[in-house]
Amino acid sequence: MQRLISHLDALEAESIHLIREVAAEFERPVLLFSGGKDSVVMLHVAKKAFWPAKLPFPVMHVDTGHNFPEVLQFRDSVVERLGVRLVVASVQESIDRGRVVEDTGPRASRNRLQTTTLLDAIEEHGFDAVMGGARRDEEKARAKERFFSFRDEFGQWDPKNQRPELWNLYNGRHRKGEHIRVFPLSNWTELDIWQYIADEQIELPSIYFAHRRPVFRRDGMLMAVTDFLRPLEHEEVFEATVRYRTVGDATCTAAVESTAVTLDEIIAEVAASRITERGATRADDKFSEAAMEDRKREGYF
Amino acid sequence: MELLRFATAGSVDDGKSTLIGRLLYDSKQIFEDTLEALEHSSRQRGEEGVNLALLTDGLRAEREQGITIDVAYRYFATPRRKFIIADTPGHIQYTRNMVTGASTADLALILVDARKGIVEQSRRHAFLASLLGVPHLVLCVNKMDLVDYEESVFRAITDEFREFAAKLDVRDLAFVPISALKGDNVVERSPNMPWYDGTSLLHHLESVHIASDRNLIDCRFPVQYVIRPRDDRFHDYRGYAGQIASGTYKTGDEVVVLPSGFSSTIESIDTADGPVDEAVPPMSVTIRLADDLDVGRGDMICRPNNRPNVGQDIEAMVCWFSERTTLSPGNKYALKHTTRWARALVRDLHYRLDVNTLHRDESATSLSLNEIGRVTLRTTVPLFYDEYRRNRSTGSFVLVDEATNDTVAGGMIIGPTQ
Repeated sequence: MQRLISHLDALEAESIHLIREVAAEFERPVLLFSGGKDSVVMLHVAKKAFWPAKLPFPVMHVDTGHNFPEVLQFRDSVVERLGVRLVVASVQESIDRGRVVEDTGPRASRNRLQTTTLLDAIEEHGFDAVMGGARRDEEKARAKERFFSFRDEFGQWDPKNQRPELWNLYNGRHRKGEHIRVFPLSNWTELDIWQYIADEQIELPSIYFAHRRPVFRRDGMLMAVTDFLRPLEHEEVFEATVRYRTVGDATCTAAVESTAVTLDEIIAEVAASRITERGATRADDKFSEAAMEDRKREGYF
Repeated sequence: MELLRFATAGSVDDGKSTLIGRLLYDSKQIFEDTLEALEHSSRQRGEEGVNLALLTDGLRAEREQGITIDVAYRYFATPRRKFIIADTPGHIQYTRNMVTGASTADLALILVDARKGIVEQSRRHAFLASLLGVPHLVLCVNKMDLVDYEESVFRAITDEFREFAAKLDVRDLAFVPISALKGDNVVERSPNMPWYDGTSLLHHLESVHIASDRNLIDCRFPVQYVIRPRDDRFHDYRGYAGQIASGTYKTGDEVVVLPSGFSSTIESIDTADGPVDEAVPPMSVTIRLADDLDVGRGDMICRPNNRPNVGQDIEAMVCWFSERTTLSPGNKYALKHTTRWARALVRDLHYRLDVNTLHRDESATSLSLNEIGRVTLRTTVPLFYDEYRRNRSTGSFVLVDEATNDTVAGGMIIGPTQ
């Protein structure tokens, strides 16, 4: 009478429970989908939670306008296959409408601007629950995050005043104008995500696998040359075999040198890696010890 | 690979963060960039070497004040198990964090300083772990290096703790003498304590038997969501989705649905990967019944000959979390139990429990932040519940302040009001 449940089965069951709670208790939930591996896994789990019915909520992409084209194509094909409604919240529109002012210069990034676009979209569509693929192992401020995380009418997170969360009893109660961020993958690690992708044979954007592309080195990280990101004069462009460990805005997401072209090779690489995925690939988290906490307080993902 | 969730507790100086840092470090879960950041912060504080304790302080206020305010979740894995640590601050004012961390834990790890022995806080943590029904308890006697690895020091502490634990509901108790700083008995058995014949802490965490902690007897399936595709292919499909709270469900089982009391049989237990013959906790599944019944969220599917209590008058222990308000008889709250919301009236507060002495203060008229007491509740609708000691899923609830929507209490059901 052992009936052992593997850790991935336990994590999946927990995430399904959370997503079903959201569908049952909120009027207008939405699931954030960027085409990045975590949101791909979250969407896959959500699909399983309601099988054989369709997803009872739309998905939303906060589009910085600085995407890898492979990822946009992937996003559209997944959405079409699932027959789910896609809401695109555009940072470019926020800029055009004067809601945010874009940084200038070679190191400008739209990463932080996404917060305004996200909060505006939540307000415009009246979303009361916003599911995101953030994990607690990613970053130290995220390690303190709840599954159901309250946001006030300004979209702010107050880390010192979080609701206690016991057993699997989630409190999503809120007033009009406030909302709840839900993180169904809180307890998954990067390695769990990859093992699950392999087990479930989940399709990913091609840039997660090793490929050749022109890159240049900035702050010790390999940045792709794209329409949105150009090397400075002293930054030398060369071709390298790389892959992405995370997929975000092309201006602040770095590639890692890798020859891993299969999921098994990626898993072996992740298991042996001595650097966190954010540390290896995110220029935005190098600002300060509390960069993520500050962004999260303002309403970031 | 199995998943083990454990909660750690200890005060600032017991070396809890150092121990967690050590477990992560020695199992190679601390990454180089994290370590680099730690070295940097340690240097800025004028500390020599790497302060592993800084690893668990995630928020700005925590680093500024040098204390841990909130539960932090940490992850590590060995070839044998994956671990989720709920790292809970040890300060007296943060009992609610310990309760939160312990609510989902398979095991509680309590640290004491070998030089100080059992202190008030160790007793409190052991009591909270037992109140929250954590099946396994490990007492780590830390800083053995500072008492010359003396066996007598360790024995005196374990004897005292055993005597105290006898008063509690502790099912499995283990003791490990360690030095988190030096690494003795954390991952490997230490040559400095040849008199200790037990295993290292990590080995204990990897091997403690948890599969039978689940309640596989009492079938309780709170319906979470009704799945009705209403498309051509699944036109008549009607499935009840939820997570198995306890018990073992099989296709063909005769079941009864509460509150209606109608009976049926299980036609199929569905998952997106195909039907399964048998479902156990904590699986999330979709149950289809042979008969067309009116079943919705908040209902419970169980076996006809093993039903939960059904009632509106409930005795429970509650732990109060709110800084702004107190619990007093006459107050009303929203109550969440399994997948059901109700309103609850506090009819009576029987006593407030002193978590240090276990003394019951029957003259108490209210509970404030971090206080624990026994209450009688009356709910607007019947709950389908079990005694918490027998069932952590159907025996637990939270109270929510209807004005602020804050979660203000966690509750553990004792039974029906007599």
